Amino acid sequence: MAWRLDPRITQTLAKIVLWAFTGLTLLILIFIIVNISIKGLPQVTSAFLLQDPQDMGRHGGIFSTIVATIYLTLLAIALASPLGVGTAIYLTEYTREGWATRIIRFGAECLAGVPSIILGLFGFVLFVMKLGFGWSILSGSLTLAIMVLPIIIRTSEEAIKAVPQEYRQVCFSLGMSQWQTITRIVLPSALPGITTGIMLSVGRSLGETAVVLFTAGAALRTPASLFDSGRTMAVHFYILAREGLSMPNAYGTAAILMISILLINLVAYTLMQRLLRRYS
Amino acid sequence: MSRGKFVERVLFLLALSSVSSLVIITVFIFLEGLPLIFHTGLKDFILSSHWAPTKGFFGIGAMIVSSLLVTLVAMVIGVPLGLACAIVLAEFCSETMRRLLKPTLELLAGIPSVVYGFLGVIWLVPLIRDHLGGPGLSLLAAAVILGIMILPTVISISIDALTAVPDIYREGSIALGATQWQTVRRVVLPAASSGIITAVILGMGRAIGETMAVIMVAGNAIKLPASILDPVRTLTSNIALELGYAAGRHREALFATGIVLFVIIMILNLSATLITRRR
Repeated sequence: MAWRLDPRITQTLAKIVLWAFTGLTLLILIFIIVNISIKGLPQVTSAFLLQDPQDMGRHGGIFSTIVATIYLTLLAIALASPLGVGTAIYLTEYTREGWATRIIRFGAECLAGVPSIILGLFGFVLFVMKLGFGWSILSGSLTLAIMVLPIIIRTSEEAIKAVPQEYRQVCFSLGMSQWQTITRIVLPSALPGITTGIMLSVGRSLGETAVVLFTAGAALRTPASLFDSGRTMAVHFYILAREGLSMPNAYGTAAILMISILLINLVAYTLMQRLLRRYS
Repeated sequence: MSRGKFVERVLFLLALSSVSSLVIITVFIFLEGLPLIFHTGLKDFILSSHWAPTKGFFGIGAMIVSSLLVTLVAMVIGVPLGLACAIVLAEFCSETMRRLLKPTLELLAGIPSVVYGFLGVIWLVPLIRDHLGGPGLSLLAAAVILGIMILPTVISISIDALTAVPDIYREGSIALGATQWQTVRRVVLPAASSGIITAVILGMGRAIGETMAVIMVAGNAIKLPASILDPVRTLTSNIALELGYAAGRHREALFATGIVLFVIIMILNLSATLITRRR
């Protein structure tokens, strides 16, 4: 008979290994956050936030990159939100499952899987070259909008689905039209979840580099119009780090970028959990 | 047309946005890249490793191999770690613990790829150079960073797959005298296997498509790697490194590189969708 370990011992061993791996993953996460915060946060002063970069970013602050980041992100979200929420409403309220929904869902899933460098290539050839927008806030935010569209669709759909069916039945029994039901009851109830999708998209846009570098460019001036190029914080950090221009400024930029994204994600996650718990 | 019908039409048009974006992206990438593939010939483009765009040599063989190798090693690192986290969260931990751990682990997804790349250069590259040899900027460094970057994808999809297994399965197994671990290994994991495979495939897609972190740590040398300590250039890095100054045939070659990447990713996505649907 083959020699076998007591199943209880195997179980203990398995648990030790699994928890060790989980612990390692947590350690990696903590290491990243602590390392960037400790080295980066001391650099973050009001001067760092409010001064423009000088000498290619070797000195000065990051004000113009903050402005460019905000412009790009806001415009991208403004473009993607109506499309994403509209798609989610159509998928949940207006159709039965069928070929149309399957194609739309499949399209959104595939779009979510398209790597950012491909989106960057696409934005570069269509918006920057063919349509002649050049490296600009407009080209950048159009491409970013396509990137975050699947995130908004998925979260909004989940949020709208979480609104109990009874709400809709009550509205119909009161004689409300479908559109009234959606705009007055369903959407307000699903709002925290839709906000989650939008916040996650903001987080994703803030951290994106490959798309922005090839569509919005890397000009250090504060963009004054939609057709001006702008350098986002993520791109600025990438250039500082890669060209070794200034380690302290790189750490400072990374700290602000990372902490704002993590906070946004955390709030988004809490909102969604609260929504799901309320209706389950 | 009634108001309701009108609203429905408008929403339908909005809903087509994701599909039409995907179609337009595909069309433009192929329109820009295909002329070069016809010019060089598909076989030479994919199989040759001679990349000298200014002299008219466009072979991305070495980059395809490098991309696949980096992804493979990244999976060897990321899948066990991610799967272990998923099993712990779904099977071996209390409700309060789960409520704390799950959002914490999801934070990994929010860290920008440039930050991963930066920390890779600062910490991992010197570590590899000093203890394992080679230049440090290497296939291994890229794979470790990617292994960490795919964790959120692997963890969240695996957890969904594990929690979708009905509790009756677990209860039946425990009632037969199996330990909790035997239950997980023999009953829960096989029942969740299609979901876990989907998690692995989508993780691969993320790894092979990642750009900025890889550029920073992989070393970017255009040759077939002889060991995991050699510097490599992946498909994505090739595009990002040269798009800034490429023109003419050279630019077309970068779009053609994009086509190859795009096709690989679409095959991965399609197989993930097919596996999920069969379940």
